Amino acid sequence: MADTGFVQKEKLEEFLRELSKDAVVYAPCLEGDTVIFKTFDPGTTLCLDRPANNPPKLAVFPQSETLFSFKYKKDAEDPRKMSVELEANTDFPRAIIFGARPCDAKGFRIYDRVYMDTNTPDPYYQGRREKTMIATLCCSAPSPGCFCVAVGGGPAHREGSDVLITQFEKGYFIEPVTEKGKTILNAPQIEDGAQYAEEAHKRQLESHDLVRNPFAEDGLPKISRSLFDLDEFWEHVVSKCLSCGACTYLCPTCYCFNITDEQSLDIGERIRSWDGCMFPHFTLEGSGHNPRPTKFKRFKNRVGHKFLYYPEKYNGVIACCGCGRCIRHCPVSVDISEIVSYLRGSRFEFTNEPPESIGTDTNS
Amino acid sequence: MSQRLREVIAGVFSEVDVVLAYQQGFDKLHVTPCFMTMPEEINKLVWNPLCAHNLTSYLPSLKKKKVAVVVKGCDSRTIVQFMEEGLINRENVVIIGIPCNGVISVNKVLHETNHEPIEDITFGENGEISVKTLKGEKTLLLSDVCPDKCKTCQYPTPIVYDRLVGDPITSDKSPDSVYADIKEFENKTLEERLQYWEQEFDRCIRCYACRNACPMCICQDSCIAETRDPHWISQRSTLSEKFMFHMIHALHLAGRCVECGECERACPMGIPVNKLKRKINLDMKELFGYEPGINPEDKPPLYTFKVDEATIKEHKI
Ligand code: SF4
Ligand code: SF4
Ligand code: SF4
Ligand code: SF4
Ligand code: SF4
Repeated sequence: MADTGFVQKEKLEEFLRELSKDAVVYAPCLEGDTVIFKTFDPGTTLCLDRPANNPPKLAVFPQSETLFSFKYKKDAEDPRKMSVELEANTDFPRAIIFGARPCDAKGFRIYDRVYMDTNTPDPYYQGRREKTMIATLCCSAPSPGCFCVAVGGGPAHREGSDVLITQFEKGYFIEPVTEKGKTILNAPQIEDGAQYAEEAHKRQLESHDLVRNPFAEDGLPKISRSLFDLDEFWEHVVSKCLSCGACTYLCPTCYCFNITDEQSLDIGERIRSWDGCMFPHFTLEGSGHNPRPTKFKRFKNRVGHKFLYYPEKYNGVIACCGCGRCIRHCPVSVDISEIVSYLRGSRFEFTNEPPESIGTDTNS
Repeated sequence: MSQRLREVIAGVFSEVDVVLAYQQGFDKLHVTPCFMTMPEEINKLVWNPLCAHNLTSYLPSLKKKKVAVVVKGCDSRTIVQFMEEGLINRENVVIIGIPCNGVISVNKVLHETNHEPIEDITFGENGEISVKTLKGEKTLLLSDVCPDKCKTCQYPTPIVYDRLVGDPITSDKSPDSVYADIKEFENKTLEERLQYWEQEFDRCIRCYACRNACPMCICQDSCIAETRDPHWISQRSTLSEKFMFHMIHALHLAGRCVECGECERACPMGIPVNKLKRKINLDMKELFGYEPGINPEDKPPLYTFKVDEATIKEHKI
């Protein structure tokens, strides 16, 4: 078998149909004018031109999933006694995420540390993750808001990917990164890719410098604790935030969840569903007390988790992959990269002016 | 216009704690709301057709402060509706009204430019917009890339204001055009309509951007979509749960929705959520002859109870 492959443009759909034979294939599809990661099936229109509005996290970390179902049963002998039958759901399908972006793939690595690389791995996440192959499409140009290079990634970054795909006018150059990724070359639509390899690697390097780097001078951003702990700072920078939560649901590195029992009469399911720190209910305690009662406290948590707490715990790794979705799709254009720029180092005293590297234009 | 607006804002700074206006966003295609608290911040001000956000959405949460807010004609309806429902203290708000010729839908511009990143955008005198991308320059017409509400706008000049920047404009759009699209949609069969909504709501991620962007959504932290007690809607992400959320969202706005379109503009999944609310508003108009956000003396019909509704024929038993 060749080391790399190539799929002609016309054969792409057929190739994905082939992959769908023994795996659930997730791909970015066009619906109206929106690009959505969802299960690919004949009849869906692929769109690989720009990053999908939602990240592919749903393939490994579904928006809601049943942890187990339960059933209460009365004891025939003694009706005052009840027994509970539990049935866990851990039979996961093989899955392929096709057309993730490098930032999306890196996002899964942020999850891995929390859900798998611990002595209490999460069986649901791990079960899906191990059966999922991630085939990533290198970016040829950044989208508005992208800043992957500023957080240790890049438009051809390999971390988290099993396969790297480089787009050519005529088709797609396919390069396995891991052992798991090699199996993708078995499909009959694949030709030998050797003749494209050199050009592909050149293209992969080219796009790196096109991505903006709001933290350029510092390398990875370091947060000033004193500014971080200043309430006025947060009140000022997030006054326009609507506390909606779109940013957390669209984020490929946000992994918080909620657990609820959805029960009717004597049967029910315990489900796990996405939650987000921007929602007031997120930290609402049973007593009615909420330690993060205001939106700026919640926002502080979001930035803190990604740029301070997570790096403190995991060797400086930033829990933001710079995909820019929270910036592009925020209804009021809150820009996390701008906020982090304010927070870098202590040399920026808090003023109402943005740091120079961001610069807000004043059109008139 | 920007210059005059700047002067007006400079003039009100001494009266208020904060001025709600617009500044440049993360790229040329986006402006973003801006809370100005110091007079020096006026130089950040941006005023152009990208200023689509309805800034009055922030007013109820700033009830205790003195606030000046920049409004377009349509935005001002929200303030009127707030007054009808007692959601703001009018004396704490300085309304800076701007007669408006239409704003831009960012999504429509992106559609026209094939979602290429926008390098620059400039606005001509007569509604031409010139958009530059790496692939070249394109001229668009405001009338082609405005949100649908601008195409049928009846109130280009704010209904209430304390300062008016510019000369009043009267609408040249026919009042019948406002609900033409809804009436057309009503002609579809029930199955077709169901299919339409199922397809649209299927991609809803229940992020609640539509709800939080809506100035008239007032249940706030007690929203039915999230309360655990009572637990009305499950946290499953199934179509029926999404449907349920949207139906309730729409019904809570019956005769209250000012049709600002913020819900739809905010949706990251491109779901036309405003259409449902406008359908209900049309019904409210036909049933009660009531239009939200027009007259501060009005009361929304569902806020009142009359044994005999003047416009509804009772079923006599
Ligand atoms: S930052 Fe934007 S997307 Fe996130 S909660 Fe605030 S308004 Fe919503
Ligand atoms: S915080 Fe924003 S930019 Fe960072 S990974 Fe999440 S969505 Fe992407
Ligand atoms: S953030 Fe980087 S990797 Fe992600 S879409 Fe943009 S350029 Fe590609
Ligand atoms: S904003 Fe869109 S995706 Fe989010 S809850 Fe509303 S309709 Fe659903
Ligand atoms: S429902 Fe939509 S259009 Fe109506 S007031 Fe709320 S945001 Fe505006």
